[in-house]
Amino acid sequence: MFRFDSVTFLDILRVPSLMIGGGRVTSLLGASGSGKTTILRMLNKMVSPTAGEILYHDRPLREIDSVLHRREVCMLSQTPVMFEGNVRDNLLAGLLFRKAPLPEDTVLSETLDRVHLNKPLSEPVDKLSGGEKQRLALGRVLLLDAPVYLLDEPSSSLDENTAVAVIEMIASCVREKGKTLVLVTHSAAVAEKYSDDIVEIRNKVAERRSV
Amino acid sequence: MNGIRELTIVQVALAYVFVLVVLAIVRARGIRREKEILLASIRMTLQLVLVGYLLVYIFENPHPLITVGIILLMEAFAVFTVFRKFKGKLSGGLKRVIALAICSGTILCLLYFLLVVVRIAPWYDPQYFIPIAGMLVGNSMTGISLGVKSLLEGMTVRKASVEEALILGAEPREAVREIINSTFDAAIMPTINSMLGMGIVFLPGMMTGQILSGTLPTTAIAYQIAIMFGIFGSVSLCVILLLQLGYRTFFNKEHQLR
Repeated sequence: MFRFDSVTFLDILRVPSLMIGGGRVTSLLGASGSGKTTILRMLNKMVSPTAGEILYHDRPLREIDSVLHRREVCMLSQTPVMFEGNVRDNLLAGLLFRKAPLPEDTVLSETLDRVHLNKPLSEPVDKLSGGEKQRLALGRVLLLDAPVYLLDEPSSSLDENTAVAVIEMIASCVREKGKTLVLVTHSAAVAEKYSDDIVEIRNKVAERRSV
Repeated sequence: MNGIRELTIVQVALAYVFVLVVLAIVRARGIRREKEILLASIRMTLQLVLVGYLLVYIFENPHPLITVGIILLMEAFAVFTVFRKFKGKLSGGLKRVIALAICSGTILCLLYFLLVVVRIAPWYDPQYFIPIAGMLVGNSMTGISLGVKSLLEGMTVRKASVEEALILGAEPREAVREIINSTFDAAIMPTINSMLGMGIVFLPGMMTGQILSGTLPTTAIAYQIAIMFGIFGSVSLCVILLLQLGYRTFFNKEHQLR
């Protein structure tokens, strides 16, 4: 699905050769600041490689319309960014940006249940904690029902039990629907338990390692 | 109506009493602003005397090239004033947009106002062209300055929201919609407020000047209403052009934030 050919990003990251398969769960492992987020941002076209080429379905990313690509390859940032308004406004934000049909409130409530967020849709977002915002942001991208998900540490602000439940929900949802997931995690245990493939970044170089 | 009461040099000099009183007060209170007050007073006097003689010459010798030259000078002054105000903060692209917005917005409104509303003849009549151009360009420059300030602040303070919107698949224009709307508000609110207060809170300068020079108040008011709409149109058009073209300079062709 994604292929990296001699990719470099400034002097912080090199990806000599890498394939990320479709319909699979791939984890990106590496120390803090090693360039994991940069890989996700390159896959989402929020930044472009300074050298080399990334291909998506055998087409160079630079030839693909960025906005359409981001609607298909959906990314969740590690630090959740909330828009002004309440929980409902934030859940619907992605769909509104895409001018997609809006679901009923029952669907929104189900989404909150899936991400273990027990809050009313009318709750103002500035009353949510960091972990609650992270789950709301996750619910927002799950509603988009994209074929490819890029999740940057989706459980970093959650307590251990909630983190496990959320990761399991994401992994099973992705597998059931045959979607592709690229997951940034700092936890080797999470990567090994839920991934089909693992990519590790060491000394600024990203390479596949055995699961 | 009575004609204008001419002011002699002595009478004008008597108005300097205001400056002397303020100078005495700031000196007594130890506010070190004497130099600035004196400089501003003398500069204003010299500038206006020079402009007065220049305008007398231009009105007596009207020529299309002189009128066009003066408009171009005003436009250039307005553009560089905005550049200077935001020195070091403007990209090359945004500078080009500012210049285009000020020049095209004011010139379009000026031509409509003079040729369609007032219907001056000849089209380059400096007696109308120059003062009305001054009002449109001056007010539009202020509107553009407020717009640029608000746009730069919005793109800095709300950078994370803009980026999140892009990540979620928004077109750049959707990602900056809130910034654009609040910038438009910030840029045109002073013009709207001055329209609201006009005639009640203050009498505008152009109207007062016309009345003092012997024009019927009804005629002066008709001009004032028309020029206020002209100013409102010019400020709005300049700011709309700035925003519609300006936001694009913050993104590259891959729709990524620069």
